[in-house]
Amino acid sequence: MNKLLIILVSLAYLALLFGVAWWVERRRRQKKSVVRNGWVYALSLAVYCTGWTYYGSVGRAVNSGMDFITIYLGPSIMCALFIPVLQKIIRICKTQRINSIADFIASRYGKNFTLGIIVTLCCIIGIIPYIALQLKAISTSFHIITGLPQGIIPGPGDDKFYITCVIIFFIIVFGTRSVDATERHEGLVAAVAFESLVKLFAFLVVGIFVTFFVFDGYGALFDAVANKGLTQFFTLSGDNAYSSWLSMLFVSMMAIVILPHQFQVSVVENTNEKHIRKAVWLFPLYLLAINIFVLPIAMGGSVILGNNTDADNYVLSLPLHFNQHLMSVMVYIGGFSAATSMIIVATIALSTMVSNHLFLPLVLSSRRFKTSSEGSLTRKIILSRRVIIAVILFAAYAYNSFMAPYFSLVSIGLASMAAVAQFGPAVFGGLYWRNASRKGAVTGIIVGFGIWFYTLIVPAGVDAGFIDKSLMDSGPWHLSWLRPQALFGLDGWDLFTHSVFWSMFFNCICYLVISSYSRLSASEMYQARVFVDIFDKDANQFTEGQGVWRGNTQYADIRALLDNFIGKERSGLLLTAYARRNDIGLDTVIADPRIVHFAERMLSGVIGSASAKFMIANIVKEEEITIQEVLAIVKESQQVLELNKELKKKSIELTRATDMLTRANEQLKRMDVLKDEFLYTVTHELRTPLTSIRALSEIVYDNPDMEEEQRQHYLEAVVKEIERLSHLISQVLNLERYESGRQKLNYATVVFGRLIAEATEALLPLAEERGVAIVHQLPHAEVSVLCDIDLVRQVIYNLIANAIKFAPESTGRIVIALEQTGSGIRLAVADNGPGVPYEMREQIFDKFFQAKNQTLKKPVGTGLGLTICKRIMEMHGGSIGVEDTAGTGACFVIALPQIKT
Amino acid sequence: MKKVLVVDDDPYILMSVEFLMKKNGYEVMVARNGTEAMAFLESNKPDLVLLDIMMPDVDGYSICRHIKATPALEDIIVVFISAKTAEADIREGYDLGAALYVSKPFSTRDLMKKINGLLQA
Repeated sequence: MNKLLIILVSLAYLALLFGVAWWVERRRRQKKSVVRNGWVYALSLAVYCTGWTYYGSVGRAVNSGMDFITIYLGPSIMCALFIPVLQKIIRICKTQRINSIADFIASRYGKNFTLGIIVTLCCIIGIIPYIALQLKAISTSFHIITGLPQGIIPGPGDDKFYITCVIIFFIIVFGTRSVDATERHEGLVAAVAFESLVKLFAFLVVGIFVTFFVFDGYGALFDAVANKGLTQFFTLSGDNAYSSWLSMLFVSMMAIVILPHQFQVSVVENTNEKHIRKAVWLFPLYLLAINIFVLPIAMGGSVILGNNTDADNYVLSLPLHFNQHLMSVMVYIGGFSAATSMIIVATIALSTMVSNHLFLPLVLSSRRFKTSSEGSLTRKIILSRRVIIAVILFAAYAYNSFMAPYFSLVSIGLASMAAVAQFGPAVFGGLYWRNASRKGAVTGIIVGFGIWFYTLIVPAGVDAGFIDKSLMDSGPWHLSWLRPQALFGLDGWDLFTHSVFWSMFFNCICYLVISSYSRLSASEMYQARVFVDIFDKDANQFTEGQGVWRGNTQYADIRALLDNFIGKERSGLLLTAYARRNDIGLDTVIADPRIVHFAERMLSGVIGSASAKFMIANIVKEEEITIQEVLAIVKESQQVLELNKELKKKSIELTRATDMLTRANEQLKRMDVLKDEFLYTVTHELRTPLTSIRALSEIVYDNPDMEEEQRQHYLEAVVKEIERLSHLISQVLNLERYESGRQKLNYATVVFGRLIAEATEALLPLAEERGVAIVHQLPHAEVSVLCDIDLVRQVIYNLIANAIKFAPESTGRIVIALEQTGSGIRLAVADNGPGVPYEMREQIFDKFFQAKNQTLKKPVGTGLGLTICKRIMEMHGGSIGVEDTAGTGACFVIALPQIKT
Repeated sequence: MKKVLVVDDDPYILMSVEFLMKKNGYEVMVARNGTEAMAFLESNKPDLVLLDIMMPDVDGYSICRHIKATPALEDIIVVFISAKTAEADIREGYDLGAALYVSKPFSTRDLMKKINGLLQA
């Protein structure tokens, strides 16, 4: 086709982009932004589909089947992690005003200059070939569509040179209008999103054309392929297909976040975190759409064009083959879109990095800087960025021109991704691991990048003939285990997989191990907190900088610095607004620490965090915080935390104490009730004999003439009732003494058989009176026991007396058995009376059990005997209980520990 | 001659009250527990019943309730003599229709004065 026409179309397309960007910028100034939505955001992420993939996917599909899909699968998987991970990164970058991946890493590890420089250099080395690849894509497609031979003589005669120049112009106009690199380039984002639509549309048109117009749908296409015996489309190729597949998947997952141009669109240009939610499904959908016709085109191309045409060019060659001129132009523009969008975004991202991490540190440390006039810095920075953009693009152009003949460009895209994947551990580790250190990050990146270079780029250099082939054959210094394609003897993997494996392996190891063993500096600790705890409100407060700077910085200095970088008017506005928001007075000589911190963040947006820190530190040089001070601050906040914890603990203890008191109180109340009941029962028990005594005495007194025998009878009853009364009183007093613990045991050794004999003897008359037989079974009668003889005798007496009372009259039989057990002695008193119901075996030892549980019935005895027995046994460390007997009666058993003297 | 039934499970109290009643010219019947008392009331109607409350089988309240619920017996004068001295117990006694509630221990003269008053009215 006509060369001039194509050039005009290309320029017209660029003009259209220009128009889109211009219109969007104008809308933004009118506060009617059209790009602040999830659709544009998701489409701008599609800058990922570059010219390389636009043409190259088909090439890959022809050569290695389904392989091509992997680098789209990775990002799609990563999308699932967008909400936690990407949102965190975006939040950090917004609060910290971070404007590039290099800035992000440098800022995370203590706003470190060195790290910023390293990352920037790695990016340049990794990405410039990638940009060159896009230029090549444009130029190749240009030659295919015009049918002109490719010019390989570099210089003004080469069309690529002009393409480069036009793009430089475009980028400079739209990418560097504002000095604040964190300010969104809405026009640019709109242009990129627009280009995403264009390339998708163009690709779909070719796909539909090939599938449904050239062939008669999928079925016909598959038949044609089958007839030709082409089978490679549906398989993963190679011996190590799966390890290769995995490594590509991994690298592309890293790349979608870390690639400088991806970081630019997904993080720096993000206007609202909510847009991520749309991108999470829309972006994978886009990837699916743009890939859906890759296989049909690859198959159609193989069938129709075969090996005569480079498979990378099928997309464009197919419509040309069928003389579809309009469609060919459209495809060309689609590829042009894919390539330019990547070039534009990547160049802007790189220029920001280079300007902030390489150029500015040099300027800032130069003496001339200090005498520069106000506002000139802003111009200088913008100018520097423009120059850098031009330099980067010319470097890409030069790379393309000089290296292209030697290096296969196809693998460059993957190589670039593998290069930036080296930042993965530092980026993702830094998001969640507080102890990650600068040394770990630096070492990991350098080692990983070094291995990447050695195992992926050096072999390419050998192929190109720059490096002696013996390196590949026998390794450096004839150490075969150092051969770049088989490091440590790991043979049999393709170069890419091998390189990714070893570089990531050593990268991670260095990062983890060195981080674990290094001491964090004050600023590292501080930044770690800011990054890891970004969603934590307390930590956010911490980032406001209270107390971090000692308040000795002059406000005027801060003001002058900001004026210098962002202009007098804007800095004034920003500072007053911030001061009003945070209720800070600006009329003081000494600047509020928060103002200092705010100024640093504003500066970060312009010149990057490391440089901003450097600048602020310059003003407050003598005030630079020492690690001791930061530690003191950290300690202080820890003390507050600990105090808090302490308070919490105390209040828990208090609650516990309150609970205990409540319980104790309830217990006291219960005991009070018991005491009342006890008193009530005791008084009642006292009333009955008192009644008899009073009535009988009064009768005797009032009736002097009553019969002598009757009077005797009455007086005898009075005496008996008095005895009963005094017995009751002494039992109550005894019990009270045992329960209060005032009763001391009067220990003495006694032969236990004697105690039983004494108690039995005292009760024999009663037993005989009731006709109850008492049987002794005492094989161990001679055992001696240490106890309070009187009390234990009382217990035995009580048990036997009870047994006699409950045994049936005249047929009653009581068996008293003494046993020696391992730990002491055991005495059982069994009768053949009615027995004790099972459920009452515990209760009968309660005070006045009978009286209390049958309130309307007259108790037999005082109701205290068993209670007293139980107390006495407990005081001896023994026990009393009711056990089963063979017959019907009750069997009371006491056990005493045998204490030998 | 007025008939009096004395119900108490304590033999000495029974003995003394029986003596007092006889001396004051009443015909006295004694019951040593609730069951005996109920059996007696099956076929006899005394003018007055002296009732202890806490007894092992049937308690005094139940006997009083039975008397007041039985039309043939309802006009019997019921007097409680009890060691239960709580206000609630006394109130329950009067609520059940007792004419008098005497707390143990009691003054014999006082008791008799009141019994005589009740029986002569």
